Amino acid sequence: MSLTLVIAAFLTIVNLSTPILLAATGELVVEKSGVLNLGVEGMMLSGAIAGFAVTFLCADPELADKLPWLAAAAPWLGVIAAAAAGALSSLLFGFMVLTLGANQVASGLALVIFGTGISSLIGTAFVGVAITPFDSVFPESLAAHPIGRLAFGYSPLVYFAFLMVAAAGWFLNRTRAGLVLRAVGENDLSAHSIGYSVIGVRYLSVMFGGAMAGIAGAYFSMVITPLWAERMTAGRGWIALALVVFSGWRAGRLLGGAYFFGVFMWLELFAKANGFATILPPELVKIFSFLPSQFWASMPYLMAVIVLAVMSARGRGGAEAPACLGKPFIPDA
Amino acid sequence: MRIRLEKRREPSRLMQALSPIGAVAATMIVGAIIFQAIGYDGPDAVKDIFFTPVLASYKWQDVAAKAAPLILIALGLTLGNQAKVWNIGAEGQYILGALGGAGAAILTQDMQGWWIVPLMIVCGMAAGALWAAPVAWLRNRFGVNEILSSLMLVYVATQLLNYLVTGPWKDPHGQNFPQTAPFTASQRLPAALFGQPFPPGLYIAFALALVFWLVMARTEYGLGVRVVGEAPRAARYAGYRASDAVWSTLLISGAMAGLAGVLEATTQSGQLNLGFPSGYGFTAIIVSFLGRLHPMGIALAGVVLAISYVGGQVAQTTVHVPSATAGIFQAMMLFFILASDVLVRRRLRIEWGAGQTKAARA
Repeated sequence: MSLTLVIAAFLTIVNLSTPILLAATGELVVEKSGVLNLGVEGMMLSGAIAGFAVTFLCADPELADKLPWLAAAAPWLGVIAAAAAGALSSLLFGFMVLTLGANQVASGLALVIFGTGISSLIGTAFVGVAITPFDSVFPESLAAHPIGRLAFGYSPLVYFAFLMVAAAGWFLNRTRAGLVLRAVGENDLSAHSIGYSVIGVRYLSVMFGGAMAGIAGAYFSMVITPLWAERMTAGRGWIALALVVFSGWRAGRLLGGAYFFGVFMWLELFAKANGFATILPPELVKIFSFLPSQFWASMPYLMAVIVLAVMSARGRGGAEAPACLGKPFIPDA
Repeated sequence: MRIRLEKRREPSRLMQALSPIGAVAATMIVGAIIFQAIGYDGPDAVKDIFFTPVLASYKWQDVAAKAAPLILIALGLTLGNQAKVWNIGAEGQYILGALGGAGAAILTQDMQGWWIVPLMIVCGMAAGALWAAPVAWLRNRFGVNEILSSLMLVYVATQLLNYLVTGPWKDPHGQNFPQTAPFTASQRLPAALFGQPFPPGLYIAFALALVFWLVMARTEYGLGVRVVGEAPRAARYAGYRASDAVWSTLLISGAMAGLAGVLEATTQSGQLNLGFPSGYGFTAIIVSFLGRLHPMGIALAGVVLAISYVGGQVAQTTVHVPSATAGIFQAMMLFFILASDVLVRRRLRIEWGAGQTKAARA
């Protein structure tokens, strides 16, 4: 197993893990406030198309002649648009479950169906065009160096994801606002009775979750494959939801969990490229190539189920979950 | 101005009956406005999506073909939704149902007889229930959230279908296309029965809707499922076990989705290929809610959603809306029905200024 292979594997795993890490960080905050938003996949798709569309439109060659700064800022504007699109679509969910007190499970699913539809609708105008991938912004000498790539060879969104995990952990556990947010998720009635706006806190959390899911979606359309394809997030939003359970609702554990899933997503690509022959002795290759590529493709989802079982068994039926998770709150004045 | 929600003493029966109609009407109005705003002919799109399939009798067969699986799956899901056991993975169980049927078809390739289709149906239902079984077991044994586990298994089911039709079950005479051998005459059901343009699945769906109605309204079991969902603590005192409700609702909904899958395979597609998954398993969730978790409502809602599918295709050719349009309309319907649900249990009160109040009993 050569060094270049290890480095390549590492880069791919980071690449595949980042979107679920971004989305799960957002969802963690949402769930900590007591709201279960199952619509991650839909918000990701909204973000994916918004990020792609804005990047593509800003990088238009005719515009670039007149406004060179716009082309340079295109990917950054794309990410902002993705966050905005995610937050906007999450507001739809927020209105349903927070203002109207509608069922959270069904509203989340409606958001998935809606996000899938609206992204396909907008996306029809962007099929078959490409954008420049939002890759490393570090100097070529660092980003292309075989070892330097490990530290500098990623899209800025990768570093952003790390930053946001740390920020979410710090916010939830070390700040007063984070304490209020957790209180709202653990005991909405008490939080309400001491004068905190339960609904207000939850609206902000839901929007944050939406923005993060939107950026996660943009990672697919702007970094992994800089093209638009319908349903391109391929169920990763659901993996992000499983990741939150996997972490036991702790920010620090999201990172390890995301890379755990990343390894299995990488194995799928690796198996497709028939890469086992390069790293394993021939006898083992035989065993591994006996397993079809579809087996590897379903591994992340199977692993998610297994991981959920292990975590739920340890948490004694989800004892670590916020106490008010998924329950509507309507103060009856 | 302030908008407030007040609890009703009793759920409004009138709102309960009217809200699905209101949701569909609101979807039409908002849909027309949205599509007009983004540059299509909005009113024409709505007309084609919701009315053309009803008015043009040659579209009825299409509508019936889509209504059958939607109603069958939604009936099963409704049982779970009443017990608050959320089976989101019906799409996977639907795929497994078709695979179960196709497996039986491969074994009976050279045989003839009336018993072959029933055998396929039994295998399909068993496969669908089998795919839901781990979800129930994990939920009862470890407390695994059934929403996530059932959904994850959809992706596994898709890969299983992909593996079988590109590998062991690939048609040896199929010029290497990823598809199973076409079902033989003994393995197929007619797409229309009794001189009407309706497939057998639709008759089965309506008959089962009656059965589900009886079971839910008149039996101890139906009551138990509702009590577990609405008052888990009371259910425990009354001797209803939540774990039994988890098992039974998931197995039944799995079998129903499997039934829908195998009927689709033997009536409509006549073989399996990569394009078999249709999203019916997800749309059926909308049907279940639009039908107000009532079997008769579901039969109606299934037809409405089927109309929107067929109408979406019509609108693609007439007013050139993209293929995603039907999905947007369906999501809007679910949003509106969930929003109007609130009005069943609560009253919207709009307060103008400080002194005077105007109640809007909307």
